Amino acid sequence: MLELRDVTKMVAGEYHIHPTSLTLERGSLNVLLGPTLSGKTSLMRLMAGLDRPSSGSVVFDGKDVTGLPVQSRNVAMVYQQFINYPALTVYENIASPMRIAGKDQQTIDKAVRKAADLLKLTPYLDRTPLNLSGGQQQRTALARAIVKNASLVLLDEPLANLDYKLREELREELPKIFAESGAIFVYATTEPSEALLLGGNTATLCEGRITQFGQTISVYRNPADLITAKTFGDPPLNTLPVVKAGTIFRAGAAEIAVPSHLAHIADGPLTIAFQPHHLKRSMEIPAAQALTVRTLISEIAGSESFVHVAFGDARWVMLAHGIHDIDPDQNITLYLDTSRLMAFGPDGRSLAATA
Amino acid sequence: MQKTWNNKAWFLVLPVLLLVAFSAVIPLMTVVNYSVQDTFGNNEFFWNGTDWFTEILHSDRFWDALVRNLSFSVIILAIEIPLGIVIALNMPKKGVGVSVCLVLMALPLLIPWNVVGTIWQVFGRVDIGLLGHTLEALGINYNYTQDPFAAWITVIVMDVWHWTSLVVLLCYAGLVSIPDAYYQAAKIDGASRWSVFRYIQLPKMKRVLLIAVLLRFMDSFMIYTEPFVVTGGGPGNSTTFLSIDLVKMAVGQFDLGPAAAMSIIYFLIILLLSWVFYTVMTQSDAEA
Amino acid sequence: MARIDLDHIRHAYGAKPTRESDYALKEVHHSWNDGGAYALLGPSGCGKTTLLNIISGLLHPSEGRILFNGKDVTNLSTQERNIAQVFQFPVIYDTMTVYDNLAFPLRNRHVPEAEVNRRVNEILDMTGLSDMARRRARGLTADQKQKISLGRGLVRNDVNAILFDEPLTVIDPHMKWVLRSQLKRLHRQFGFTMVYVTHDQTEALTFADKVVVMYDGQIVQIGTPAELFERPSHTFVGYFIGSPGMNFMEARVDGTSATVGSQSIALAYAPAVGGAQKIELGIRPEFVRLQREGLPVRIGKVEDIGRQRIVRAEFEGKPLAVVVPEGMDIPADPRVQFDTSAINIYADSWRVGSEG
Repeated sequence: MLELRDVTKMVAGEYHIHPTSLTLERGSLNVLLGPTLSGKTSLMRLMAGLDRPSSGSVVFDGKDVTGLPVQSRNVAMVYQQFINYPALTVYENIASPMRIAGKDQQTIDKAVRKAADLLKLTPYLDRTPLNLSGGQQQRTALARAIVKNASLVLLDEPLANLDYKLREELREELPKIFAESGAIFVYATTEPSEALLLGGNTATLCEGRITQFGQTISVYRNPADLITAKTFGDPPLNTLPVVKAGTIFRAGAAEIAVPSHLAHIADGPLTIAFQPHHLKRSMEIPAAQALTVRTLISEIAGSESFVHVAFGDARWVMLAHGIHDIDPDQNITLYLDTSRLMAFGPDGRSLAATA
Repeated sequence: MQKTWNNKAWFLVLPVLLLVAFSAVIPLMTVVNYSVQDTFGNNEFFWNGTDWFTEILHSDRFWDALVRNLSFSVIILAIEIPLGIVIALNMPKKGVGVSVCLVLMALPLLIPWNVVGTIWQVFGRVDIGLLGHTLEALGINYNYTQDPFAAWITVIVMDVWHWTSLVVLLCYAGLVSIPDAYYQAAKIDGASRWSVFRYIQLPKMKRVLLIAVLLRFMDSFMIYTEPFVVTGGGPGNSTTFLSIDLVKMAVGQFDLGPAAAMSIIYFLIILLLSWVFYTVMTQSDAEA
Repeated sequence: MARIDLDHIRHAYGAKPTRESDYALKEVHHSWNDGGAYALLGPSGCGKTTLLNIISGLLHPSEGRILFNGKDVTNLSTQERNIAQVFQFPVIYDTMTVYDNLAFPLRNRHVPEAEVNRRVNEILDMTGLSDMARRRARGLTADQKQKISLGRGLVRNDVNAILFDEPLTVIDPHMKWVLRSQLKRLHRQFGFTMVYVTHDQTEALTFADKVVVMYDGQIVQIGTPAELFERPSHTFVGYFIGSPGMNFMEARVDGTSATVGSQSIALAYAPAVGGAQKIELGIRPEFVRLQREGLPVRIGKVEDIGRQRIVRAEFEGKPLAVVVPEGMDIPADPRVQFDTSAINIYADSWRVGSEG
């Protein structure tokens, strides 16, 4: 179990990491999700012991390891760049952490072959990394991290430099590989869809703060605040500032009926938000709210379409199944599934009733 | 836990601190000590405050040498920096030519100062030197032991020959780090050769150029060996730079006090000018 | 803007190509319409960047000609071809202001300053960079820098084509949405001929009218996003487009029915499979339904990714991915149904049409 207790990181008088507490369980997969410079890498460096927190402590299995340098901890790290020993074969690359640890040849061979098998590297064991594709190079780096048998494995956007399809394949394999090892995995990414595909837990980050931590799908469904909801939006979350007056959300001249799950909210200004796929082209659900919007541009992505629209000053995206190629600058009617509506107070906190 | 961390760090830098203390701080303090005292030998010292400094600062000899130093630095910077850039720009970027060029460039840098001096001393002699003899044969009056202008030319050419390579290598390192996409984009934007240099290559070389200028300035300002070997500071005092003057004073005349005061002034001038250079160049860097 | 003809183009990086496999780019012979938006899509090493560089003139093809509006430009330099290109990493002139960056291509071509001013301001408005026109380009964010790169292409209204080489690689997912839709609007508004290279299917499909799918140095399909999704002409296209990709199952075909394992599946047409070695049935996960009625199936892992769930199932011993939209239930003991009209039959990896 890895615990961060009120850790901070200050550089030149500025917080890179605001006071953060986080507990990661053994055998868990934890995603750090946030845009570039949100503090993902800084936080990982604190966890690894590459940096020392400005205040607070890092506790591993009940033992304070705050000042302990990275060499004395059992940590493995995989980076966005493919980092391998160029002069060594794939086999020796994977074996290297065990050679350093002074394991015997038989143990090494067994572990290397097992990891290679898991990561589909068996046919390439005699090659050097530079003769491999990017995907295979990164698999080698992953295999090395796994045989190290580290108690904490940190992956900093490991798939960012790979082709889309390769990412998809590795993404599917990674949770299985993680589940076998029993270590704590921390995985940084900028992509919400990657977090959702990996599952596990997610901590959303924004400007050096963890805004929410929990099971990935539940953070996605029940964000605690607007920033978290936006961090998780891909396509971007649709928002609208409104004023609640009784059973109506008023936005300029437009009115939206307040759905029952938000009826308890006090009257006043707030922000409502919804995912792009909760805006529909046709009235599929009786409870849907009809809204007249102006089309900006339609993007067709094979099975589905993204239609960008303007509602007053708000810019929204509708994600619809099938092909919807609607000309720009048209007034069309869309239907909002209000049963999925989220609401956030002026302070950004979620106003949903806690279930 | 915190304590172990800190102690370890101190142990690691301790050797460096000791080294710096013995090699820099203690000798420097000795010089400071000499500069404020007078001695007639026998290890007898008399306190005389800032007298040596006043004397040095009022001597024409010092100011003349300083002007010579500054002129020399300005001239060689004005030659070596542009020349280095031009050569670096024209060096091949890939293929076997790269290693050939790099080795050729590194050659002069491998030769010790006094050897460079000796080479040029022989090379330039009118009686047996190839250069001196040829020039004489062409009817050009060239004699660095008699003509101050010829002496200056010799020292400058020697320095350029010796040190332009350093500028070239630094610039080349800066140039090869520019991604290909920049050149392609410039082509597409219809940029001229000059624009490519002005807006892509020069900005990208700026950092290494800063280092090149600093290194070459400090080095040239401290020039000693080459004129010492070739001209011995002459003819007359025409190539007597501060460092040569300093040695004359300290070793030749055994005026330890004034020599110490002068070396401190000398040191402060280098420090000040380097600092000015550095600030000016980094500031223009920040604005850009 | 120009129509681009690629006339029997082939390219090999080695000096003397002798075999077909020596060519990094196998024969390409196509015409691209004036004002069209094309995407070159494929994995790394498929030859898409090679093709782009041939169009831009950074690379001279080993064989064939390239024509802009019917004029042979094969031997013209990049400048002479009058094209614009946006690279993977933003290329900006650090020391210039945003304004001067945009004015640079015009000033190089000696456009009068009044005209430069008019056009640059137009681009500043278009890209939303007006507020920072006088700022130095260094120190801007990646997406702002990439907008400048794009703006430098747009500012010349006489360019024949604008080429994009994976321009959104360094952009955060959130900003990608904004830039992509902006780009698309600009295309609609001004009708440039655009060629966009990417390995990301979403970028390719959303950007282009026509997507050119490349694999191993050759073009395997050119089609609209809908065609590529519904009728992939090669198993690679089926696999590469869509996430998860198309399900492929080895099958036997007899008239209008296919047999997978011991199960028979009805087809909408009788495919002309001829004497093919390997016949596969392809169906997208979006067109497979889990219901109470249908063929037997074993459910494996269910991945909830928010707006849909991906079900990893097993059908006749073969893996089968199924996409179930949010809000739709998976029955307790589900069976599987295939949407007949969405089934494609592949003979030796190529899609086959109906008999006769």
